[in-house]
Amino acid sequence: MADTLLSIRGLTKAYPGVVANDDVSFDIRKGEIHALLGENGAGKSTLVKMIYGLVAPDKGRMELDGAGFAPAKPSEARRSGVAMVFQHFSLFDALDVAENVALGMENPPKPRDLARQIREVSETYGLPLDPGRTVGTLSAGERQRVEIIRCLLQDPRLLIMDEPTSVLTPQEVEILFETLRKLKAEGTSILYISHKLEEIRALCDHATILRLGKKVATCTPSEVSARELAEMMVGASFATPEAREHARGETLLRVESLSLPAPGAFGTPLREIALTVHAGEVLGIGGVAGNGQDELLAALSGERISAPGTVALKGVDVSRQGPEARRDAGLLSGPEERLGHAAAPDMSLIENGILTAARREGLVKSGFINWGRSRQFAEDVIAHFDVRTPGPGTAARALSGGNLQKFVVGREILQKPDVLVLNQPTWGVDAAAAAAIRQAVLDLAADGAAIVVISQDLDELMEISDRFAALNEGRLSPSRPVAELDIEKIGLMMGGAHDMEVAHVDA
Amino acid sequence: MITLEKRPQPSRLWTAVTPLIAVALTMVMGGLLFAFLGADPFEAIRTIFWDPIFNPQFAGFTRPQLLVKAGPLILIAIGLSIGFRAGIWNIGAEGQYIMGAICGAGAGLALYPSESPLIFPMMIIAGGLGGWAWAMIPAVLKTRFGTNEILVSLMLVYVAENILASVASGLLRNPEGMGFPGSRNFKQWDAAHNAEIITGTGMHWGVVFAFIAVIAAYVLMARHIQGFNIRLTGEAPRAARFSGVNPTRIVILCLGISGALAGFAGLFEVTGPAGQISIDFNSGYGFTAIIVAFLGRLNPVGILLAGLLMALTYIGGELAQLMLGVPGASIQLFQGMLLFFLLATDVFTNYRLRFGRAEVA
Repeated sequence: MADTLLSIRGLTKAYPGVVANDDVSFDIRKGEIHALLGENGAGKSTLVKMIYGLVAPDKGRMELDGAGFAPAKPSEARRSGVAMVFQHFSLFDALDVAENVALGMENPPKPRDLARQIREVSETYGLPLDPGRTVGTLSAGERQRVEIIRCLLQDPRLLIMDEPTSVLTPQEVEILFETLRKLKAEGTSILYISHKLEEIRALCDHATILRLGKKVATCTPSEVSARELAEMMVGASFATPEAREHARGETLLRVESLSLPAPGAFGTPLREIALTVHAGEVLGIGGVAGNGQDELLAALSGERISAPGTVALKGVDVSRQGPEARRDAGLLSGPEERLGHAAAPDMSLIENGILTAARREGLVKSGFINWGRSRQFAEDVIAHFDVRTPGPGTAARALSGGNLQKFVVGREILQKPDVLVLNQPTWGVDAAAAAAIRQAVLDLAADGAAIVVISQDLDELMEISDRFAALNEGRLSPSRPVAELDIEKIGLMMGGAHDMEVAHVDA
Repeated sequence: MITLEKRPQPSRLWTAVTPLIAVALTMVMGGLLFAFLGADPFEAIRTIFWDPIFNPQFAGFTRPQLLVKAGPLILIAIGLSIGFRAGIWNIGAEGQYIMGAICGAGAGLALYPSESPLIFPMMIIAGGLGGWAWAMIPAVLKTRFGTNEILVSLMLVYVAENILASVASGLLRNPEGMGFPGSRNFKQWDAAHNAEIITGTGMHWGVVFAFIAVIAAYVLMARHIQGFNIRLTGEAPRAARFSGVNPTRIVILCLGISGALAGFAGLFEVTGPAGQISIDFNSGYGFTAIIVAFLGRLNPVGILLAGLLMALTYIGGELAQLMLGVPGASIQLFQGMLLFFLLATDVFTNYRLRFGRAEVA
């Protein structure tokens, strides 16, 4: 086809023990937004790394504009007109925008010319950005603009974007989409990687779906439902989590004017956090990454203790107690980072069970570990939550992300907590496993537990929460019933516009 | 091209065989070394590894030495291994060993010439406390001010050595020693003498303590929640904190245990094999024990075997010096090689070799 920009034929890349890409072929046309869709581990990253010259394919070839294309390194790919915006930014906080942009260029123009170019591009594409500002002061959305502008200055023919919306508020997402549509109108092709189905349906012309390294289908996303896309991605149908009818009980967790200084240079301070959660209720806390999610979890789990009277569990002040005492009292938690925080990578699942369940499950008696019971507990978690592993003796790091997540969340749920706090419970987990985890959370709430779910996945929060609050720069908005919210209002809450609405505090 | 590839989980087989491979490689390289020095490599290896135990001529003398040398090595290495499991690197066991000896000996000598049966137990306690207190200096500095325990504990070794030199020629000097440096000889004071328990075996109280330490450490690390917390702290500090482990307590505990055990070792050495506080009674056990701990895979049983092996190289090395005239430094080189090869082969517990074509990554 004459209008094909990049043609991919039979790309195969195997890593030891896993075939990341198996005979993948598809075409990206000129001036289209092409989605690359797949679960974590489906091979999306490997594929774009091959296009961007970071990884060499084992087999297969690529053609750019009809000519053979085999970049050995990213600079070759850039010279051929391929640019990429990574999920994780590579910017220097201490430098200003123009300096950061210059660092990423092969032959940067004079600073004054560069500043002018940045201003031009940012105006043309509706990406407001001042070249003189220090990057350290920018929000995640603004930082992403720096990366995008850095790419656009090279006049790319193909722009690769890896999960660009994971750090954006809904309003920022709209701005980004406008930019992408403008680029498309000018003839730039965009390869858009995501697992957010609604976004893809709204934005993309075509979608290529990867599953376990293989191409499953290329389709027109606006013509299929999100549900169909999800099933193509997962390869099977799965049940949507459903909440059982149940009554809301007494207040189990009450947090009042909880403030904590930032832990280290890159943390976020918590500012006057207040929240209450009742028995049988799920409180969803949304927000863009890096707005105090980790810090809030640490303050609730007991990893960091706070001023007296700030955290009360069932009416008892636990602010000064550590994680063990809070667990004894019925407050359990699951941090975001699986390896290294929720679980010790090189330890077995049995040992990782002891990590939090030692006392509640009676795995330790007068200081001595009961290995038989500990193994039994790990096996129970594995059985209840369908953790795919050779056995409980397997090291945590040998499990896939989704399976380990099921284990660490299951480990807490199986201990029947009164209050459960989870941070990003389904991050990087495949759709079926995510549905299973959400169902388990809903069941736990139906059995009378109070649950706090901190997540950056708004769809997830809409699906399982009764009330919603947003974290923004370490501040928590008042919570509101999910039933009266839409994505627009949530975006405003996340952007820190606390006073644009009269607060409807219901507790 | 050869690439290293991470194993999904550490190989149990390799964990067990790497020390054996390291020993074998050390023998080969050591043999070459001795060949360059003009000695017959096979004879040298045999002199070091075989003769001390089996040579009919001098095994009678050297065999008991095995336990005498292995006792302190094992005792210190067990303490160190507990800290190493938690990622707390006490490099200054030599200093704690010296301070244990000084405190224990000093406490005893203060009561000279009492013949009370309580003297020796009291000295043991004082020795342990001396080593413990010396280890508490890096512990407190680390937990209070975040200093690096490696540097602090190491530098305190040199402080301890100077204190030793000072007391040997001053405070603890034998008043009847005609002005020579060195304390009274404990071998001539029954109440304070750490004598052989069974004659001709080399078995003294320090060896008994070492065996008890091996068993206790095994139970602690394999069965007790405190040992679990220590391992967890070493494996994943953040997960440990999440679990509820107090990192400060772990630092104090680990440095305390290793300091006290080193102190015991010093006391048993000075009242037994060494016999007196002298300027150079310490023979580097505190440093060699680091090799023993790693050679034994930080595992109590492994340390027991590694301690015996290392003791063998000490005795065999002396023998080789005597019989073959190889320089003493070559023996230290030999021991160093052992650690070097161990660390080198250790890579294979977590990685495997893959032969394949080059990859642009």
